[in-house]
Amino acid sequence: MKNTHKLVLAAALALSSVPAMARDTVSIVGSSTVYPFATVVAERFGRNTSFPTPKIESTGSGGGLKLFCQGVGTQHPDITNASRRMKQSEFELCKSNGVKDITEVQIGYDGLVVANSVKGPDLDISLRDLYLAMAKDVPNPNGTEELVPNPYKTWKDVNPALPNVKIEVVGPPPTSGTRDSFNELGVEGGCKTFPWLKAMKDQDKNKYKSVCRSIREDGHYIEAGENDNLIVQKLESSPTILGVFGFSFLDQNRSIVKAVKIKGVSPNMETVGSGEYPMARSMYFYVKKAHVGVIPGIQEYVKEFTNDRAWGDEGYLADKGLIPSPKNERMKWADNAKSLNSMTGKEFE
Amino acid sequence: MSVTTEQVRKTLARRYRAEKRFKAYGICAISIGLLALLLLFTDIIGKGYRAFYEYSVALQITFDPETLEIDDPRDLEQLQYGNYEAVVREALQARFPGVEGREDKRALAALVSTAAGYLLRDMLENSPELLGQTHTLWLQLDDDADMFLKTSEAKRKMARLSDQQQAWMVELEQSNEVRAGFNHSLFTRGDSREPEQAGILGAILGSLFTMLVTLALSFPIGVAAAVYLEEFAPKNRFTDFIEVNINNLAAVPSIIFGLLGLAVFIGLFGMPRSVPLVGGLVLTLMTLPTIIISSRAAIKAVPPSIRQAAMGLGASKMQVVLQFVLPLALPGMLTGGIIGMAQALGETAPLLMIGMVAFIVELPTGAMDAATVLPVQVFLWASSPEQSFVTMTSAAIMVLMTFLITMNTLAVVMRKRLERRW
Repeated sequence: MKNTHKLVLAAALALSSVPAMARDTVSIVGSSTVYPFATVVAERFGRNTSFPTPKIESTGSGGGLKLFCQGVGTQHPDITNASRRMKQSEFELCKSNGVKDITEVQIGYDGLVVANSVKGPDLDISLRDLYLAMAKDVPNPNGTEELVPNPYKTWKDVNPALPNVKIEVVGPPPTSGTRDSFNELGVEGGCKTFPWLKAMKDQDKNKYKSVCRSIREDGHYIEAGENDNLIVQKLESSPTILGVFGFSFLDQNRSIVKAVKIKGVSPNMETVGSGEYPMARSMYFYVKKAHVGVIPGIQEYVKEFTNDRAWGDEGYLADKGLIPSPKNERMKWADNAKSLNSMTGKEFE
Repeated sequence: MSVTTEQVRKTLARRYRAEKRFKAYGICAISIGLLALLLLFTDIIGKGYRAFYEYSVALQITFDPETLEIDDPRDLEQLQYGNYEAVVREALQARFPGVEGREDKRALAALVSTAAGYLLRDMLENSPELLGQTHTLWLQLDDDADMFLKTSEAKRKMARLSDQQQAWMVELEQSNEVRAGFNHSLFTRGDSREPEQAGILGAILGSLFTMLVTLALSFPIGVAAAVYLEEFAPKNRFTDFIEVNINNLAAVPSIIFGLLGLAVFIGLFGMPRSVPLVGGLVLTLMTLPTIIISSRAAIKAVPPSIRQAAMGLGASKMQVVLQFVLPLALPGMLTGGIIGMAQALGETAPLLMIGMVAFIVELPTGAMDAATVLPVQVFLWASSPEQSFVTMTSAAIMVLMTFLITMNTLAVVMRKRLERRW
């Protein structure tokens, strides 16, 4: 009984050292893709300035924007990271909750890579190959303009130049932002190369989306969970399968996996940054202007992030796998961040 | 000999065999369980033990006022913005004089952890007289260089270092200028994105505060509920209904408690996100049913004769409960409490909803400071791209397991020592 008393007392003490509800730490939420970069900036910022290290939650882009748009006040986050641009609907939600002034900053690119084990063959595929190998329904191989359930079993069936191995691709589940990008940039990118499917976009947008963005469910695409490390480990143990993950995982694990070239272009800082490599997405963060000046350190954190020391070609974020934007774009966004220009709503047009 | 004896004799061998088989099934079941446990442990320990030591390199560091851009080490402003990395770079270049060119110099500087600069700053702050002096210091290596030294010769070609960097590392290794030591930062620091600087102390403290809140709330509430239900409540439809609900609550997926916590504690009461207080409240909801159920079982196990004897001597109902039933049931209740706590310690799902899955560098000092907990730290490290975090993940799992094993052992020991048989 005595021990319980002590514990209760200790807990009471722990609770009584409570500061007021006011917050002096910058609170950041958002994308798990931006998380590895934002955390590096936050850590450096915390160590090199007198401000406390910002707290960063990994909630996913959508979840982050939802929290961000909930309102103005210290219980709501100050900054949200996103691996895609804010949507019109989210902007409206923000506005309706009183979050009127938002500054948008693009921080750079993330490449999406298809990779295999270093022990496997060097591969070079096109987006069309990727679409034909991965989509649920594909154009009839006999050339007619109709869709049939995906009949391809091996890469050789898809393209005679590819090796005769079973199509097996490990990738993220539908809840992941990386999967969205894979569907949009990879599979849809290949889908568009069929003129009659591309034409469908203007006639029936929903049907186009469901045709061009759905992944086959007959065991050739294997969902591996949200953890990209698991995918890397799977590739290591079986050299014939391919995996889909973010560029930073390729960069950190080059001794285990290598990238599949897309039409002769392999993903690296230059090809992704210039847009030559087709599967790249831009990453953003959004700043709540009403909190600037209320929560200390927001502006300084943004300044650290938009500094060439961080997001530049040789900055520390590039060491972590961020693909920097071109110099002129960086300068534009850095200016935008410095003057805290609000979004006008014209961004979505 | 009667017919029955005859029959028994005939079937005896078969019955013995059946019994043997039956026992064998049980042994099989236990072996499968043990084997799984063994596999888990060997995998985790095999991957994780390397996180407990780290390599550092000996460098001749000159606290040169010009390179540091510091002329008065007592001026905090100057100390803050001193160019410590340049000092480390110069020491490395002095060690490898042949290195020319920007790229090569960058590659050389990348071998030493960025923590080195902060170490120099702290040293200078503590003893200002160091300015201008030269000392041989052991500095932490960067995680890639550290991993290189930790891998066996055969696999080194695959390391994340360029051939040039590998040659430098081999040279340092052969001249004994690198040494392995205990990884202090693992137990003294909060999270970091640089594996060699990351630690689990932040997560341990977060877990501690969360558990304190949980224990302080769930144990008294759980015991009070159990005492009332067992000793005072009338047996009617209503109490049956409550009992069914409590049992139900024990089976509710834990994420639901997280959603509830998000809606009530954060949404309605306006408590901040990511703090152990809210985490503790949510886990209280989750562990309450476990504690209530085990406490009721413990109270039920106290024989009625004790109550009757006490009442026979004129004790009131409350005196009976407080002075006889509770002390006798306490061991069972505590065991239930510890098991409930162990459950709560390993929980991540409900904490996801209330923002405790976050990157937090600073060590929490109370239940109102942002914090993560041990299993969340495991989750966060497991999804980091750097290879060193794979070993860090296993190390964190080992620490978490140590806590769980300790708690469960404590529960068993307490039950053995305090238990009374009637």
